[in-house]
Amino acid sequence: MNHQESTLDEQHIAQLVRSFYGRARADALLRPVFEAAINDWDEHHRIVEDFWSRTLLGTIRLLLVSLYLLGASALAFAGEVQVAVAANFTVPMQKIAADFEKDTGHKAVVSVGATGKFYAQIQSGAPFEVFLSADETTPAKLEQEGMTVPGSRFTYAIGKLVLWSAKPVFVDDKGKVLKEGKFAHLALANPKTAPYGAAALEVLKNLGLLDTLSPKFVQGENIAQTQQFVATGNAELGFVALSQVQKDGELTSGSAWFVPGKLYKPIRQDAVILAKGKGNPAATALMDYLKSDKAKVVIKSFGYDL
Amino acid sequence: MADLNTVDLSAIKLTLELASLTTCLLLMIGTPIAWWLARTRSRLKGMVGAVVALPLVLPPTVLGFYLLVVMGPQGPIGHLTQALGLGLLPFTFPGLLLASVLYTMPFVVQPVQNAFEAIGERPMEAAATLRAGPWDTFFTVVVPLARPGFLTAAVLGFAHTVGEFGIVLMIGGNIPGKTRVVSVQIYDHVEAMEYTEAHWLAGGMVVFAFLVLFALYTFNNSANRTKD
Repeated sequence: MNHQESTLDEQHIAQLVRSFYGRARADALLRPVFEAAINDWDEHHRIVEDFWSRTLLGTIRLLLVSLYLLGASALAFAGEVQVAVAANFTVPMQKIAADFEKDTGHKAVVSVGATGKFYAQIQSGAPFEVFLSADETTPAKLEQEGMTVPGSRFTYAIGKLVLWSAKPVFVDDKGKVLKEGKFAHLALANPKTAPYGAAALEVLKNLGLLDTLSPKFVQGENIAQTQQFVATGNAELGFVALSQVQKDGELTSGSAWFVPGKLYKPIRQDAVILAKGKGNPAATALMDYLKSDKAKVVIKSFGYDL
Repeated sequence: MADLNTVDLSAIKLTLELASLTTCLLLMIGTPIAWWLARTRSRLKGMVGAVVALPLVLPPTVLGFYLLVVMGPQGPIGHLTQALGLGLLPFTFPGLLLASVLYTMPFVVQPVQNAFEAIGERPMEAAATLRAGPWDTFFTVVVPLARPGFLTAAVLGFAHTVGEFGIVLMIGGNIPGKTRVVSVQIYDHVEAMEYTEAHWLAGGMVVFAFLVLFALYTFNNSANRTKD
C-alpha cells in the first residue's frame, strides 16, 4: 500500500522518542525530573515507543479500514432515493422496494401517508425525491407549480373500487345490497380528500342512490381507516380499494362486489420525480423500475389495473 | 365571519356540546377516582393510576382503533350495548362522548388528585372533631380547598376534548352535524387544500384556547392572592 502511512512507521517513532528525550535530558531544568524518575532508559524508551506506535499506527489502520468499508458500502448502495407513497400502495411498494434494491443496488427509503398531507409537506420543502400519489391531480398540480422534474410524470397504477363487507355473505356480486339498504352504516373514504372516496360517490350518483344512502355514510380519513371501519364490523359494508382486500387474485376475507369500471372514472395514480430528486440517478432508476414488467406483475397481483 | 359556512358552525356547536358534556361527566366520574387515588393505601393504587394515565401514552389512532374494536359488534362493549338495545356506539354522539371521557380522563383526574393530596389529613381531622360527617367534610372542607385543582381539571378537560383529533376521527366517522367536530373540520379543510377556511377555524381555535387559558391563570392567581 502506498498510502500516507508508509511514511510513518515504528522507526520514525523511535527516532522521534529518542530525540525528544535527548533534548529533554540536555535541558537543565527538565533533566533532574527525568533522572529522578527513570533508572533504565532503554526500558523506558521501549515503553514510550510501544505506546505511540500502538496509538498512532493503530488509529491509522482503523481509519483506513473504515474508509475502505465506507467505499464498499457506497458501491453496494449506489444511491438512495426518498419516496413518498400514498397509503393505498403501501404493501405493493414494500415488495417493489425490496426487489428494486436487490436488482439495482439502489435503496428506496419509503414514507407512507395521505396524498393531501404529502402535498402540503412537499410545498414546505420536505426532502422527498419521488412521489407516488393516490391520484393524478396532485402530481399535476405540483408540476404546474414547478416542484417536479418536467416530463417525469406517468401513471404507475389504476386503482379499482370494491364494495366490501367483512361478513361472508352480505354483499352480492351485483351490488343489489345497496338498493335494499338493509344496513346502518356505509363506509367510504372522505370524498373531498381521497380519490377512492370521490369514486365511491360517483358510483352512488350513477346508481341514483346518493340521496337515499348519504345519511348512512361514515367517512374514513383515508382508505386505510375506511377499511378498518368495515373490518371491525362497525360499518356493515364500505367502498374500499381492491388492493386492500385482495391478494394474489383472491379476496382475503368477507364478501365483495367488484364495482364495474363504467360506474366511475378510473382512479389513475401518478408518480413523479420531485424537484429535490433532480439529478439523483436512484430516482430515475426507481421510475424506470416502476415501468418494468417485473414491477407491473407485482402491481397487478395486488388488484390494480395498468 | 363570512368565511365560516353552516357546516363549520355546526362543527363548532357540536364541539362545544361534546366538550361541555365530557367535562361535566368527567368531574362526576373523575372526582371519586381522584379521591380514592389520593387517600387509598391499597396495592391497587399503582395499577388504577396507571390505567387512568394510559391515554397519555397511547397514540390517538391506536387508542381509537382499540375503541373501535371494543365497541364494535364483536367487542365486549358492543355486546353489552346491543344486549341493552342501544345498538352500536361507533359513529354516534354517545360513542364519541364515551371515547372523549376515556381519553380525557388523566387530564381531569390528576389535577384533582394532586389537590386532594395537598390538603392532607389535618383539615379533615379538625372537621371530624367538630362533628362533621364524611359527606359534610367533603363538600364544606375538601371541595373548597381543592377548588384550584377542580378549575384546572375542568379547563384542561374541556380544552383537551376540543383539541383531540385522532380518536374522534376514528370513532366518529366524520358525519356532518353528528360527529364532525372542529378539529376534524380543520383537518378536512387542510387536506382538501382549502387553506383559507382552515385558517379561519384554526385561528378561532387558537384565540379561544388562549382566552380560556388566560382566564384560568389570571383567575387562579387572584384566587391565590386573596387566600394569602
